[in-house]
Amino acid sequence: MSVQTEHTQPHFIARHWFVLCLFLLAATGLTYRVIQLQLLNKDFLQNHGEARYLRTVTVPAHRGMIVDRNGEPLAMSTPVSAIACNPKVILTAKDRWPELAKILDVDLEELQKQIESRATREFLYLRRQVSPQLAEQVRALAIPGIIENKEYRRYYPAADVAAHVIGFTNIDDKGQEGVELAYDRILQGKPGAKRVIRDLSGHTIENVENVKTAQPGNDLALSIDKRIQYLAYRELTAAVLGHKARSGSVIVLDAHTGEILAMANQPSYNPNNRNDLKGEHFRNRAVTDVFEPGSTIKPLTVATALEADLFKADTPIDTRPGYYRVGRHTVRDIHNYGLLDVAGVIRKSSNVGISKIALALEPEVLWKTFQQVGFGTISGVGFPGEAAGRLSDYSHWRNIEQATMSFGYGMSVTALQLAQAYTVFANDGVLASPSLLKVNEPVDPQRVMSAGTAHKVLQMMESVVREGTGKQAQVPGYRIAGKTGTVHKSAEGGYAEDRYLSLFAGVVPVSKPRLVTVVVISEPTQGEYYGGQVAAPVFSRLMGETLRLMNISPDDIPALNKESNKLLMAGQQP
Amino acid sequence: MRFSVVAIAGFLVCWSALEVVQTRHESRKLFVSLQGMEKQRDLLIDDWGRLQLEQATWGTHSRIEEVARDKLEMMLPESQNVKLLSKGIKP
Repeated sequence: MSVQTEHTQPHFIARHWFVLCLFLLAATGLTYRVIQLQLLNKDFLQNHGEARYLRTVTVPAHRGMIVDRNGEPLAMSTPVSAIACNPKVILTAKDRWPELAKILDVDLEELQKQIESRATREFLYLRRQVSPQLAEQVRALAIPGIIENKEYRRYYPAADVAAHVIGFTNIDDKGQEGVELAYDRILQGKPGAKRVIRDLSGHTIENVENVKTAQPGNDLALSIDKRIQYLAYRELTAAVLGHKARSGSVIVLDAHTGEILAMANQPSYNPNNRNDLKGEHFRNRAVTDVFEPGSTIKPLTVATALEADLFKADTPIDTRPGYYRVGRHTVRDIHNYGLLDVAGVIRKSSNVGISKIALALEPEVLWKTFQQVGFGTISGVGFPGEAAGRLSDYSHWRNIEQATMSFGYGMSVTALQLAQAYTVFANDGVLASPSLLKVNEPVDPQRVMSAGTAHKVLQMMESVVREGTGKQAQVPGYRIAGKTGTVHKSAEGGYAEDRYLSLFAGVVPVSKPRLVTVVVISEPTQGEYYGGQVAAPVFSRLMGETLRLMNISPDDIPALNKESNKLLMAGQQP
Repeated sequence: MRFSVVAIAGFLVCWSALEVVQTRHESRKLFVSLQGMEKQRDLLIDDWGRLQLEQATWGTHSRIEEVARDKLEMMLPESQNVKLLSKGIKP
């Protein structure tokens, strides 16, 4: 027995070692596996694990507000919701789709098709830019797989009044037109990102950490004064409707700083509801459309002549017999104005007179004035789609071109350029560059002519309103200077006989100019078409209210008092 | 001597490990409260925006004009009815 045990002893030792080896092997295997998981593949596995529940989501950034010069909002973003779904999950709740379609006001079949065609994806927009109230209702349904994202919608409180200046953004909050496009980079916020833990149906369970803080966009203060903008739009709309005109623009500039206080256009649109609109409504005609400025250019020609010291305000000009041959062409006046002086040429708006003055000048000198007041170049307000207009080089001018140029044919400008040019007369001969943003000091002012010349021409333009073609531009109590223009619209192969552009450009008040205003009405069709009949009354009504609004005191008090005294004596109550 | 160095080092390691856990926990807690406050801030900003928009809508010039003219029967005085008082200029 004992021998037997002794015999079996080595046998047990082998077994013992065998089991030990097995354990050792298992331990090594386990250790290897641990090393493999914990050290070698740790990053890969951890990433994949986190990918199952950790999500990086973007945090939308607030787009900056656009305000007018007094801080009144012109465009602002308010939060809305985007309703989306996870098709994989929502497919399990097919029975609830009709409810969802009904509340979102979408077609059920359309919804089905959309979800089923993207069944393998994890994200699908159902409806965007829904109101917080509707989002609340959707949330209350508690359908699995519904995702709600915060986004912003742009509102424009001024609606159609300032639509062309402000422009609009698209559904992704990117600027598409106007200031929204021009200053998109300033307005746009930088979306942030954060990591969150999400459950299977897409609900955020916990915010883990901030990856990048969302940076809201900057606010932008425009030079526009909402009140003046409204007045300009109201008067322009009334005139365009009243004359059944095709379109129209009004620009009001601050004479000293060049700030655009108002820029209104017709036809307009409501930027808050842009369904079925044509591209022509979106155009900010005041800066994108060019036209031949006609007689409104004459003060610049006269200023050039005075500046060259070839003419004085009382130099006689013979405009008889009402037409004037230049080469093979003839320049005509409406009437035979007889013998005028330079001031009379402006007052009567004589084409013959201005042609004679222009032809006495070197072409280069005239061209230089036009070029210095900004014709033919972009004004620099940075508005998208701004037109430069056309001013041909003086080396190509023949006599007839020089003559027609002097009364504004053969060149083209925008309403903004015309207003800019008139700041010269309002500003003692210094040109103020227009600005869409609020500024305190004039940006890059340029002297174009001497203060004396500017004053003389301003006086001539005052006589236009007092006793010339622009009487309807008068504002009681104020001294007004301005120039009317009536332009045949150019058509294919010449000028259209029955399509006109009515213009008025004016400066108020003459004793200390503060505002420059340009009114353009295109194709009035109710019989009246002269600038003095169509555009000047708009100017008068707009300026009357604007001067009062801006607290600019009347500079023609004697006339005002005379009028009210007359009434007093007639026994009326003041 | 050597033993005490090892003991102190070991203690420090354990202590810093616990601190890491503690700090991590604190930062989570602070982040959650930050999130809450940010949410509140966003709500307030949204509210403010809505109120501003509402004010702008009520204060639309066309509406003010309509109310002033039609409801309150206000009107602009004719220039003849305006008496201007200014220093140094005799009427």
